[in-house]
Amino acid sequence: MRAPTGSHIAAGEVLLAVENVSLSFGGVHAIRDVSFDIRKGEIRAIIGPNGAGKTSMLNVINGFYTPQAGQITFKGQTRSKMRPFEAARGGIARTFQNVALFRGMTALDNIMAGRTLRMHRGLFWQIFRYGPAMTEEVEHRLRAEEIIDFLHIQHIRKIQVGRLPYGLQKRVELGRALAMEPDLLLLDEPMAGMNLEEKEDMSRFVLDVNQHFGTTIALIEHDMGVVMDLSDRVVVLDYGQKIADGSPDEVKSNKTVIDAYLGVAH
Amino acid sequence: MFYREAGQFKTDYASDQAVFPILQDRIGIVVIVLAAYSLVLAQNDFLLNAMMIPFLIFTLAAIGLNLLTGYTGLLSLGTGAFMGVGAYSCYKLTTIFPGVNIIIWIIVSGFFAAFIGVIFGLPSLRIKGFYLAVATLAAQFFLEWCFIRIPWLYNYNVSAAIEVPQRELFGVIVTGPRATAETRYLIVLTIVVVMTWMASNIVHGRIGRMWMAVRDMDIAAELMGIRLLPTKLLAFAVSSFYCGVAGAMLVFLWYGGAESTVFSINQSFFVLFMIIIGGLGSLLGSYLGAALIFMLPIVLRFVPPKFGIPVHAATVEHITFMTVGALIVFFLIVEPHGLARLWQIAKQKLRVWPFPY
Amino acid sequence: MDILYKIFIDPFVQMGTAPDLLVQTLWEGLVGGMLYALIALGFVLIFKASGVFNFAQGIMVVFAALTLVGLHAAGMPAFVALALTIVVMLGLAYAVERVVLKPLVNQPDIILFMATFGLTYFLIGFGELIFGGDPKIMITEELYLPKGAITIKALGGIIGLQKLDIAAAIIATVMVAALSIFFSKTRIGRALRAVADSHKAALSVGISLEQIWVIVWFAAGLVALVTGIMWGARSDVSFALDVIALKALPVLILGGFTSVPGAIVGGLIIGVGEKLAEFYWGPLIGGGTDSWFAFVIALVFLLYWPHGLFGEKIIERI
Repeated sequence: MRAPTGSHIAAGEVLLAVENVSLSFGGVHAIRDVSFDIRKGEIRAIIGPNGAGKTSMLNVINGFYTPQAGQITFKGQTRSKMRPFEAARGGIARTFQNVALFRGMTALDNIMAGRTLRMHRGLFWQIFRYGPAMTEEVEHRLRAEEIIDFLHIQHIRKIQVGRLPYGLQKRVELGRALAMEPDLLLLDEPMAGMNLEEKEDMSRFVLDVNQHFGTTIALIEHDMGVVMDLSDRVVVLDYGQKIADGSPDEVKSNKTVIDAYLGVAH
Repeated sequence: MFYREAGQFKTDYASDQAVFPILQDRIGIVVIVLAAYSLVLAQNDFLLNAMMIPFLIFTLAAIGLNLLTGYTGLLSLGTGAFMGVGAYSCYKLTTIFPGVNIIIWIIVSGFFAAFIGVIFGLPSLRIKGFYLAVATLAAQFFLEWCFIRIPWLYNYNVSAAIEVPQRELFGVIVTGPRATAETRYLIVLTIVVVMTWMASNIVHGRIGRMWMAVRDMDIAAELMGIRLLPTKLLAFAVSSFYCGVAGAMLVFLWYGGAESTVFSINQSFFVLFMIIIGGLGSLLGSYLGAALIFMLPIVLRFVPPKFGIPVHAATVEHITFMTVGALIVFFLIVEPHGLARLWQIAKQKLRVWPFPY
Repeated sequence: MDILYKIFIDPFVQMGTAPDLLVQTLWEGLVGGMLYALIALGFVLIFKASGVFNFAQGIMVVFAALTLVGLHAAGMPAFVALALTIVVMLGLAYAVERVVLKPLVNQPDIILFMATFGLTYFLIGFGELIFGGDPKIMITEELYLPKGAITIKALGGIIGLQKLDIAAAIIATVMVAALSIFFSKTRIGRALRAVADSHKAALSVGISLEQIWVIVWFAAGLVALVTGIMWGARSDVSFALDVIALKALPVLILGGFTSVPGAIVGGLIIGVGEKLAEFYWGPLIGGGTDSWFAFVIALVFLLYWPHGLFGEKIIERI
């Protein structure tokens, strides 16, 4: 795998900033006036109780939801909403809370699909599957194989992902996101429903991705142990509002956060 | 025992990315294609004209629909009309430019169908599932109406039908009443084989993966940078192209003449049933499904009399409808991936036979 | 300019100068629309309760009418035939639940939708095999349905209203009212609405899906029977009706898949719309526009209101 390219932002500077974003569905306020930033090269955790608006936040970041107010600055460009296509082009990849793999396709095809944006041969060459189309296909297969090796999923390469166990599906999904060679990787509960061993494996992958490829990662996670171990900075949401932001230790000792988790009356 | 891949090592990704990575499969394909061509030698008009030619033409239409419904997940009930667009454009083209090779016009008429397909595919951005099915019904009924009410399309013939003119290719009569079944069969077979090969290339490459991604999880596909509208429209275009060519061949190389009823909603269902029974998202399934649906009435018509049971033509039709309906439900329940999956399972069994463990 | 005049001005001049024709056209449209609405109503019943988009509803209409006529032709008194037909529809509902719905529970909607294509073709083949494929005449008189027409002299002309159409309108209204009461006031109605919201949740509170489904399909079968009688009385009873029955689909697009009032309003809009379009604008492009008008309207409509007039808006989640 190659390190992400095309980014002029140095490590440690702000890669993505969310400013005063609000989002509501009908009368339900999912996110209320939230601002935070993600710096290049860090692992940023977004935590909070159920229904705090974490997934909605990710959906705003990669353009699936349109916020009613606020703006998003990504790689120096400010806009009031992202479009899914722009987000993907700009280098934001994503995994989902309930695995959103292409169930009818093999693990290999799923990962190859992640390389779609980087493949360019049009219908003409595809029809003949020869010449440039085949060269391109093999070149990207090589990249896909690197990811397969990295995630240790060689044995399930040609199996339809719909038939894989949950833990492996999550891994393939991470592979598909990595295949996009993203600058920013959004992970929505990458370890939900996993046993201890699987969680350890997944944590290792997340750290490796971050350290070896310098990919910036934003993750939502409920397992506090994992969050505290992995992340550089943590933002805490509750009822759609930001209640804390800082290093894992600061957040851990924050009174509001403890109240939110233990359920003190508001 | 003979169906083994042991010992066939792939040394580069190009050979592993091939459509048929296993040697026996490649040999099998070659044998089948050669056998299909050698049917010409049989000199059997019934075999070619009543069975093989229509079977191949419907297979092509089924492949077209399968690209759209099976691979991209967009349900279309307008197949019949798109086939009609191909047939009528081919008729107009060869009327206006009689000197040009008819095969070229058959292929070119596919582009007209593709164009119309794209126009009626535009709503697919905002709607899916049965909403889209209703939208394609609009295409079906509107185009059918055009075939009846625009006399220019059928050259103002009194019969209100396409009457296929005689066309020659290198001195051999290709279309019209005097063309031999052998000639027409060879042309149909060649076109279908080449277009199957192309479809197989497309679905195994980048575009095929984009289609399947849209089918399996359109939201995830979008968030990965696959733009939904162009992807879906491309599927509509390619699919309608295949249907258009099939429609043109249906009239020019089989019927020899046709009126609008040939391209009715029933034709759309006919083709849809082929891919449901054959297997959604499988090219092989298009062949198997077309064979089953097409052969069923023939079998019903000719087999019972052999055992001394007389059947009326009408009864055959009724029983065909019933059987097809029951088969649809049966396959959706028991094996949603159709005959193609049954074949795969058989192949897997064969691979490990006689020692399954 | 001439063509613009013919499209935008002339039809309205005609409406103004011959209001009796306009009223007659509107009435015809309403009656046609009512039949679409009745088929659509059957769709909505089934869709609400089982999430199945029952493509076969139109065929059930023909099947019910054909059974009724066929049984009568076999020598049964009209009302015995009617009762037996009701039993047949119950049997059909039971068979569909057993053979089609139960094995396909929890499958994607689109698979169930396609399964109803299979059901459609099966019913066509089965019906024709037993009762023959030739068109038949509905037993209107034997069922004491009125015939003849009332003519009203008004608006400078004569407007003819078929008594049968008036009776149909009354019966349809009573049926819709009865169904509404059944679904809002009874225990089964409540269970049905629960099932409509979520199969799993309904199961978990002890509602029997099988029972609900049989009831709903039976109700849809009864609606189909009434529709079939009305329709058959206006034209012949034959499977040629199946293409016309497809017009219930655009009606549903307009009205939304889950709304009974939507189905009725949508049906009337489509019925009136296509009659007006055919009568005033059809001649400009060669006539026969009613074969596609409803579908094209639905198509245009879909682009702006993908959830219909009365449907529920769905927020996609991931």
